Amino acid sequence: MQQHNAGSGGPQIVIEGVNHLYRPPAGRPVLALEDVSLQVRPREFLALLGPSGCGKSTLLYLIGGFLPTETGRILFDGAPIAGPGPDRGIVFQHFALFPWKTVRANVLYALEKMGPPREQRAKRAQSFIDLVGLTGFEDSYPSQLSGGMKQRTAIARTLAIDPKILLMDEPFGALDAQTRHLMQSELLAIWRKSPKTVVFVTHDVQEAVYLADRVAVMTARPGRIKTIVDIRLDKSDPNVAKSSAFIDTVDQVWGLVRDEAIKAQEARLSP
Amino acid sequence: MSLLIRYLPLVFLAAGWELAARLGLISQLALPPLSHVALAWLEMLKSGELLANGASSLWRGGAGLGLAIVVGAALGIAMAWWQPVNAALGPLVEVLYPMPKSALIPVTVLWLGFGDGSKILLIFLGCMLPVTLGAFNGARGSDQALVWSARSMGASPLRMLWDVVVPSALPEMLNGIRTALALAFILLVSAELIVAREGLGYLIGFLGANGTYDAMFAVVLTVAFLGFAADRAYQTLMHRLLRWRE
Ligand SMILES: Nc1ncnc2c1ncn2[C@@H]1O[C@H](COP(=O)(O)OP(=O)(O)OP(=O)(O)O)[C@@H](O)[C@H]1O
Ligand SMILES: [Mg+2]
Repeated sequence: MQQHNAGSGGPQIVIEGVNHLYRPPAGRPVLALEDVSLQVRPREFLALLGPSGCGKSTLLYLIGGFLPTETGRILFDGAPIAGPGPDRGIVFQHFALFPWKTVRANVLYALEKMGPPREQRAKRAQSFIDLVGLTGFEDSYPSQLSGGMKQRTAIARTLAIDPKILLMDEPFGALDAQTRHLMQSELLAIWRKSPKTVVFVTHDVQEAVYLADRVAVMTARPGRIKTIVDIRLDKSDPNVAKSSAFIDTVDQVWGLVRDEAIKAQEARLSP
Repeated sequence: MSLLIRYLPLVFLAAGWELAARLGLISQLALPPLSHVALAWLEMLKSGELLANGASSLWRGGAGLGLAIVVGAALGIAMAWWQPVNAALGPLVEVLYPMPKSALIPVTVLWLGFGDGSKILLIFLGCMLPVTLGAFNGARGSDQALVWSARSMGASPLRMLWDVVVPSALPEMLNGIRTALALAFILLVSAELIVAREGLGYLIGFLGANGTYDAMFAVVLTVAFLGFAADRAYQTLMHRLLRWRE
């Protein structure tokens, strides 16, 4: 049935009229998302862009099944999301590595639940550790790694289980500019080799335009989808980031984001 | 070498003790010279008295503390994770925690008599709550994202509890266990002093009543050393278990 949905060209993720209200035990409830509707196609790379606090992580948590959908509905391959599962791999904004496990053990953890034989698991874990450039740090604990290295461990861990879709919450946020560039093209290469659905949260307009097929721009809190921009660029061109089409698109998206960032700022200054 | 310097004050104390007793500054009845105490210790070691009573104490303490750790940890984590368990047991733990546990000595004797059973029960009851509280606070503080992370990688809710909540609770739980370890010594020796027919505490009381003070001091020092050694060994273990925190 899942094959049927993916094969038929219908959307893989359907989000319809979703609100999300946080009710902290102390303090006022916070409306994080309001009437969000969005569809993500199979094997599409979608970037979610929006000012801080607009509900990007919240939306990812809802798709991941970590938070219950209270209003509206979210379908994954045609079925409502019932909870977390390894079919939807997530890279958390703050890495969420197990601090008591080494880099290797962190990557192996997910694989252990999947059931390939031990030797194969070890090989697979190593290949993804190599991929993110952490060779030699297999036996380090997260507390011994830099922020960027933790982030790369988290990415390796999620990629290793080869989920159907990838949810990534600012996965390159803690990286320096060079490493970020490397990881971006690495991710694009992986994605091109075996395209899968990616929902990629970022603050960085260039990154969104460079990586994504479509960029969904969100409004300031309560978060809504303001516009979706189609990116029509030839990603196989190594110099795409220098093309005028790229620069124009970045400019256009910047304009959309800036309005919302200013609104978010005003909301903070005059409550 | 540095170890020697560190424990130098103890050497001075020992020398002072010997001198004070020898020079008659303190009556030898109140404080027999350390050399006599050492001889008495060797004597008891040879006769097997020390080992037999030590083994009996060790069994009681080990069994009671072991039970306290297993049950206490399970209870604390269950309270942190299931609200109904917390609602049912939270107030109970709160009320019982500050109670002086030695008050339980006559109660456990009433229930289980003079033998091992009453000591094990006493230590179990007395040492459980620090472990429970440590496990509870530690488990409470588990990072939401880690819990989610494990679930998204295919761990069942119960598996996640073992894989994430237990290790998250470990640092505070291990601190609770350290408190429990010290408490176990206190409770064991007090209970054996008051009502027992064997054990190191019993031996102290028996030798004291007999007026063989050098032997009594030998057992007191033995207990003190065991307490110190247990704590050091535990700290080493704790350090190894928490290596990842550095
Ligand atoms: N557990 C929570 N309890 C109460 N309010 C929350 C909670 N988590 C998030 N919020 C609120 O919901 C809103 C959206 O949060 P969210 O983390 O989804 O934003 P975000 O877009 O990911 O921001 P950032 O880019 O800074 O990560 C924020 O205004 C935040 O204050
Ligand atoms: Mg966020």
